[in-house]
Amino acid sequence: MSLSLRPNAITKRRRRELLVGAVLLVLLALLPLPIGNVYLRGLIVLTLLYAGLAQGWNVLGGYCGQISLGHALYFGIGAYTSTILFTRFGIPPTLGLFVGSGLAALAALLVGWPSFRLSGHYYAIATLVIGLMAELLVQNWGFVNAAMGITIPFHAQSWLDLEFRVAVLPFHYVMLAYAAIAWIIAWLIEGSRWGFYWRAVKDDVEAAQSLAVRIFPSKMAAASISGAITGVGGALYAQYIGFIDPDSGFGLSLSVLIALPAVVGGVGTLWGPLIGAAVLIPLQQLSAAWLGGAGGGVDLMIYGALIVVLALARPQGLVSLFGVRSQAGGEVMDNG
Amino acid sequence: MAEPILELHSVSKSFSGVAANVDISFAVTRGEILGLIGPNGAGKSSLFNSISGAIVPDGGAILFEGKPISGLGPVACTKRGIGRTFQVVRSFDSMTVLENVMVGAFARVQRARHAMARALEVLAVCGLDGRADTPAHALTPPEKRRLEVARALATEPRLLLLDEMLTGLTPTEAQEGVQLVRAIRARGITIIMVEHVMEILLPLIDRAVVLHLGRKLAEGSPAEIVQNPEVIRAYLGDRYGT
Repeated sequence: MSLSLRPNAITKRRRRELLVGAVLLVLLALLPLPIGNVYLRGLIVLTLLYAGLAQGWNVLGGYCGQISLGHALYFGIGAYTSTILFTRFGIPPTLGLFVGSGLAALAALLVGWPSFRLSGHYYAIATLVIGLMAELLVQNWGFVNAAMGITIPFHAQSWLDLEFRVAVLPFHYVMLAYAAIAWIIAWLIEGSRWGFYWRAVKDDVEAAQSLAVRIFPSKMAAASISGAITGVGGALYAQYIGFIDPDSGFGLSLSVLIALPAVVGGVGTLWGPLIGAAVLIPLQQLSAAWLGGAGGGVDLMIYGALIVVLALARPQGLVSLFGVRSQAGGEVMDNG
Repeated sequence: MAEPILELHSVSKSFSGVAANVDISFAVTRGEILGLIGPNGAGKSSLFNSISGAIVPDGGAILFEGKPISGLGPVACTKRGIGRTFQVVRSFDSMTVLENVMVGAFARVQRARHAMARALEVLAVCGLDGRADTPAHALTPPEKRRLEVARALATEPRLLLLDEMLTGLTPTEAQEGVQLVRAIRARGITIIMVEHVMEILLPLIDRAVVLHLGRKLAEGSPAEIVQNPEVIRAYLGDRYGT
């Protein structure tokens, strides 16, 4: 029993992660204060949102190894649910986001039910197709304004309704809280039985089964938590922008944008989604701003090329630059 | 005779018409080390997979501690107390050695703290305590074999199935493996070993079941097995006859 009390590499690492997380939280809370530029502040808000979204994707795609190309579905469900509850029924988005999150989790379970029985890449393809179908459905669904989308009218300054005359600074803290909670969920998962089981499922299904890991329930649990986190992000985004339509809620490019920060930053790592978002979202936004006007998608080409370069130079994700646990290595190299 | 921990009654299995196991019956006594031997294609692996729940036999019955287990699946078999290792090492390469073993320990405990304590104990038994925080992929091949054993032990099996644990090791490494097997048995765990390396296996095991072309060819003590003319013809002859 004395063995269990000895702090070993795992407990030490987890304590250090919490410490770094807390310091980072304080720094990010102070970050917008000296920044006067509203555009730059908005960029940071978006980056924080994607840090949370990518962390949500990472729960299923990174830890459990189930690559989803349809996470916009959960984002869209979260966004539309809170928006409709707010605009039609007057239910505050701070409540609506929980409903949206729950429905997104349910959707993730419904997607998982048939498709987790598929192996390997077929799950990714199934989520891709389901995501595309969902976008088409919403585009033609009159109740949610079909392709027109829904504009959220401004009533009054209210934290309950997440409505602000000048939205950027309040939403900095809303999105920071979102990213922080997503991070904490991932941190808790890493230290729990589920976290171990999910990584086992990702690494080797047969070996996992031989150790009494139930594969299907493990995937379903990961999917529901992942969907729930993503749904919250959707609800917050809709409230931030004040508008949601099928493309911004359910588009394929959104699915890719949710997954990419985790992939580039380091799948199945605690810091990967955050680092990936910090690099990719400004890159994507700035390249769109500078070059997007020219048409022809030069911004997307440059963005794509940068991702290829990153993937080639750092196949284990940008997180490996920092000498912390990388997905392929699982290594602790940052002593000293 | 002591109570059998495992009984096979007329177990049969075929894959797309090809018979892998035909009418195989034997019992394993609690506390013994049983060798499951036979040339390639004898049906050792499929029998092994039937016992561990990975495949479902077509016919016959497998009883573990008196209760039927065929068709329950690998998860339920592990929960009931049957652990296994894999012939081709299947470590979780994104995890450390300790984390690998903790996955097994979670079969019996909920909390990570308790799983870690148990995993550390098992690692000490398997001589891997010095490698706890090493990434699993960085282990040497014999260490990976030990990790397989440690992971299975962490599920607290009463019956442990070892699939070619000693194959491909140097004589020194294999001797260390033999000592590990003896240490596990000393903890009261019954062991079934599938193995090719006869020289090392025979002094280690209490009894052997010899398979040939999917059928049980012989069963008995190592001394009986090596003198059995059919075994010599079918297995030792094939192997050493050149």
